[in-house]
Amino acid sequence: MMVHNLISTILITGENIGVTVSLAVIFGGLAWLMYRSIKGREVDRRVIFLFIFVAVATPIIFTITFEFKATPIVRALYDKIESLPENSTVLLSYDFDPAMAPEVQPMANALTRHCLAKGHKIVYMCLFATGQGQLERTFREVIRPEFADKVDGIDYVNLGYKAGNEGVLNVIITDFQKMFPTDVNTVPYDSIPIFNNIKSCKDLDFIVSIGGGRPGIKEWILFVGDPGDIPIAAGVAAVVAPQLYPYYPNQLLGLLGGVKGAAEYENTLKDNYPRFENSDTPAIKMMGPQTLAHIVIMLFIIIGNILYFREKRLGKHK
Amino acid sequence: MKRQLPFVLVFIFGAFMVFQYFVPHESSEWVYEFLLDWITIIGIFALALGIYSLYHVSVEKIKFKRENWPYSYVTLIGLFLMVVFGFTGRVGDAWGMYPVFVLTLVAFLMLLIQTTIATNKTLWLGLCAVSLVVAVAIGLFDDTWTINFMTQEGLRNSMFVNFFDYILIPILSTMFSLLAFFIASAAYRAFRARNLLATLLLIAALIVMLRFNPYMPFGLPALMADTSNWLMNVPNLAAQRAIVIGIGLGIVATALKVILGIERGYMGKG
Repeated sequence: MMVHNLISTILITGENIGVTVSLAVIFGGLAWLMYRSIKGREVDRRVIFLFIFVAVATPIIFTITFEFKATPIVRALYDKIESLPENSTVLLSYDFDPAMAPEVQPMANALTRHCLAKGHKIVYMCLFATGQGQLERTFREVIRPEFADKVDGIDYVNLGYKAGNEGVLNVIITDFQKMFPTDVNTVPYDSIPIFNNIKSCKDLDFIVSIGGGRPGIKEWILFVGDPGDIPIAAGVAAVVAPQLYPYYPNQLLGLLGGVKGAAEYENTLKDNYPRFENSDTPAIKMMGPQTLAHIVIMLFIIIGNILYFREKRLGKHK
Repeated sequence: MKRQLPFVLVFIFGAFMVFQYFVPHESSEWVYEFLLDWITIIGIFALALGIYSLYHVSVEKIKFKRENWPYSYVTLIGLFLMVVFGFTGRVGDAWGMYPVFVLTLVAFLMLLIQTTIATNKTLWLGLCAVSLVVAVAIGLFDDTWTINFMTQEGLRNSMFVNFFDYILIPILSTMFSLLAFFIASAAYRAFRARNLLATLLLIAALIVMLRFNPYMPFGLPALMADTSNWLMNVPNLAAQRAIVIGIGLGIVATALKVILGIERGYMGKG
């Protein structure tokens, strides 16, 4: 039924013959494999790889996108930023490397858009050395082209990377300047207007850690959020998200988990801010490949179980 | 004494950090913050040590022609290129002799390594000297480049950015994305309803995956989303809490063992 709905939607809209042909190939192939499994034939792993490749490539080549409604855990983060009064100071920590970037960079960019559009000030920093490069991407892809009127040092500041992992957090909970005497452009801390009323993390209105590795959100909660009673939220890779549920909602106000969380956030932002109607939404685009790949994986699980029960019936499994 | 001194230091500072947490006095805070500075210093030294270790392992691999040794050249060239691009940059839009300068500098460093490991040292030393002379000559007489040693301007160097964006990011993303293929293959083989627990795992996995899917009939998406949220918020939460508390207690026990000198693995020997 689900597959039928997917195919019929594509056929009815008739927008793209490439999508139709690709889906026909994928699901036709899977139906054939299912028939073979009923006959007791195993599926070679190279065939699985081929199907996953086609399932991921088709929505990228022919562009299949979906609309997503924000789940409560994503909505909580969005609402928190919405509810902060104008000129609040939000810290965005880029605690990730390029490997995680496809999942979490869209979150970082969407959060930047939201904060700046709402009139908040942003303090950027990173606990990963390679986070600095990712931070530069946000400046290049979002701030400079979309918020050219925002001024470095007044509306946002880039503190960059500092070695020391949780040691950095242990210091900035009491004194920012001690750890960051200057920003990345070597502007002294005292000369940066954004820090006029900020001495430590305790003076920030909100902190969002984006990443999924270590040091990351757990360290932010342990060393900053809990001791300083500072509201914290996170955007993390999908594999890490389930581990963070124990912290929600008391120690973690909201959570964006993987591409799905990022897509929900992008969608909510687009719905509520017309100025972002034409902004780049990589997470929404990535949901196409992810959704189709999930369907293929689910069908392979079903095929595997058909084979298993067939063999069990024939007494091959004890 | 050589082994006892580290144990004494670990005991003193470990015990101090435990008691300091419960003493909210100004002096106690000051000592705590002073000790935290050491973490930053150690962190920076650890980075330097990591870079040296990468260099040392790669050179050893080339020297003794261990398995896949040619790739160590790629590692070293990549390391030196990023360092040079990070600390230098073009002035304005003109390229001038900047690319030649970078290449000769990297060539000099590579030839220097080759000189230390080669048997015919004279030839490599000669090439090394030539590349150094060319690099120094360009460095002195060409004004299309600058050094960014004290600022982070190097991070905006177009070549640094291009290497990061178009080489490092795709390589790491590719490695990460390969997981999709292996997960699919593993799911096909492992997710089988062999017993009750495996069946529960299978059903939970299907529900969580289905919640992503917008193509479901009869209001099923809402049902799947609710069920999936319940799975994440109740069974998953309970299991994760148990794990977190278990890890926490384990960390406390291990920390105590380290402070009291029972656990000595960090010294390299048990």
